Amino acid sequence: MIKMATIERTFNIFDILVGSKGDKDFGKKPVVIQGITGSYGSTHTRLMKEYGTNIAAGVTPGKGGQNFEGTPVYDTMADAVRATGAQISGIFVPAPFFLMAAIEALDSGIKLLAAIPEHVPIRDSIKVLEYAQKKGARMVGPNTPGVIVPEVMKVGIMPAQPFKAGSTVVFSRSGTLMYEVSYNLTNRGYGQKLGLGIGGDPINGTNLIEAFDLIRDRSDVNSIVVVGEIGGDAEEQLAEYIIRTSFDKPVIAYIAGRAAPKEKRMGHAGAIVYGNYGSAESKVANYARANVPVARRPGEVPDLLAKKLRR
Amino acid sequence: MAVAENMRLLEYQGKELFEQYGIRIPRSHLANNVEEARQGGRKLGYPLVLKSQLTVGGRGKAGAIVKCKSEAEMEPKFNELLHKEVKGELPRGILLEEMADIKKELYLSLFLNRSKRCYSLISSAEGGVEIESAGNKVVVDIPIDGLNPQTAEDTAAKLGLSGRTVVSFVDFTTKLSRLIGEKEAELAEINPVAILGDGSLMALDAKVIIDDNAMFRHPELKKYEHVSELEKQAEVSGFSLVELDGNIAIIGNGAGLVMSTLDMVSDAGGTAGAFLDFGGRATTETIYEALQVISKIKRVDAILVNLFGGIVRTNLVAQAILDAYKNNLIAVPVFARISGADSEKAKAMLNGSRAKLYNTVEEAIQAAVAAVNR
Repeated sequence: MIKMATIERTFNIFDILVGSKGDKDFGKKPVVIQGITGSYGSTHTRLMKEYGTNIAAGVTPGKGGQNFEGTPVYDTMADAVRATGAQISGIFVPAPFFLMAAIEALDSGIKLLAAIPEHVPIRDSIKVLEYAQKKGARMVGPNTPGVIVPEVMKVGIMPAQPFKAGSTVVFSRSGTLMYEVSYNLTNRGYGQKLGLGIGGDPINGTNLIEAFDLIRDRSDVNSIVVVGEIGGDAEEQLAEYIIRTSFDKPVIAYIAGRAAPKEKRMGHAGAIVYGNYGSAESKVANYARANVPVARRPGEVPDLLAKKLRR
Repeated sequence: MAVAENMRLLEYQGKELFEQYGIRIPRSHLANNVEEARQGGRKLGYPLVLKSQLTVGGRGKAGAIVKCKSEAEMEPKFNELLHKEVKGELPRGILLEEMADIKKELYLSLFLNRSKRCYSLISSAEGGVEIESAGNKVVVDIPIDGLNPQTAEDTAAKLGLSGRTVVSFVDFTTKLSRLIGEKEAELAEINPVAILGDGSLMALDAKVIIDDNAMFRHPELKKYEHVSELEKQAEVSGFSLVELDGNIAIIGNGAGLVMSTLDMVSDAGGTAGAFLDFGGRATTETIYEALQVISKIKRVDAILVNLFGGIVRTNLVAQAILDAYKNNLIAVPVFARISGADSEKAKAMLNGSRAKLYNTVEEAIQAAVAAVNR
């Protein structure tokens, strides 16, 4: 069983992703890509490097000793971590191999796992999550676009162009909607401090509450945008958390799937409504209690944010 | 593989799994025609129950579960049930089942608890009603390696069970927990569980949902997969498809984006006829395949494409649309919003075709809704 909010206080995601000003590798923290030579992994390794991410090594069993466009490839995570000192891993292996890859990463001392693959079996996600907790590590995803610190680095598959550096944080259960909403924010002058994909699965390594804990005490974050969707009760739990902990930064939400039929999985494994459980109505009602405005469409998010920030 | 809702097992399939795990079920017989039903009736004896095999809930209320006292009574009722739709779904067979000697009913389910991120066992001494309205619910969390018998025993005590029923409850729930673990189910619900005259338990219903994403480890469950031809085609291409009732097909790259488009279409007074997410890897071929899938849905009067580019090359999408018109795959208008790389080029390419590019999704939706409502 996974206890919530046990390690966030000691887990500083910005320290891991970017580091502190005095660090030799400030803004250039080493990242290992698992599955670097696959078609998916190689495409995105190129894009991540282009964006400025320090991809220090890759892992593909059986291809140790080779290199991918100048990046050394190792057989095992233990070798890759020993050689680079990386604390971050981006997992790009196909879903059936995810469990093994993730356990190997955690065993080698990785502290932040960006779990990109879609279609990971639920039991595998739970096993990795429990193991990560034991190791004091954090998983983001699976089925996530990853994590981006705009204009510094990204570990994941998000395009660069929607994002710009700023003070808003975007948490999203959907990939493309994270891009769409960030793009709308950027166009209206609201850059982002962090974009983090919660993931579209029923089980999330980092859920919305834990994500909020990661940024709640940061003075360089002035607002949060939460892109949600139907299914589960993550938004309801978040609303309760905002009330219970008197969370005081402005929060704006968007929820996709208002018009979706019940008991149908809408593309994401987690996007399904049973009765009232997981419905958009339930989420909107709970957000209202927490004083979180909900946009009707992605384009309306910056309007609502502007209103909140003006107050 | 696309995430379809194809691993929601029918009652008789769930009960087959129960039987494999030693969870007691009534004697039964599946019939697809009246001759098979007659045979089943003779084997089981009367009175018996006829149960429509459907994936939708609320069968009892809809009159899709009926009792019969004799073969003469059974035959007309069987034929009626076989052709009776419930919530738009026709049964895939009728299960004939012996009548159990029920003293009391319980509710029992093991399910994936999303907010706690573990499996939970939920039980109630009030079975046979929807769990939302059942009283005195007992919820316990289950470790990933299975339910502890002591936890099951404590739960039985909380439910007020005694004697032989406690032993049977521990046996039932630990077996169900093994089933969930080994078959990788998201849900195994038994509502109701009967407490029989001798105090032992029997599963009167079965609702089992298997994790689609774990199917690669379960070839033995492949026979339970139920997909339409269209869904199969979509799945092979790596798309997520949901067929809907309206006349605007929505295609996009990303489940959230397509859902969001669906909401906006609905707000604008339109109705969606299909939800198709073709994922991140869009090439001319994949978009063309998506249009091929959509072209088989007859009620579609317009196609709305919402594409957030960046990774996707938008000119490839435009080429696919042009090819689809050229090959007479589609005749309906296409309303597209394609943002991102190469969108200016894509716009120019579509000039003079039945497809039109818009700068915002709102404009594309307005135009599509106006066209189908004309």
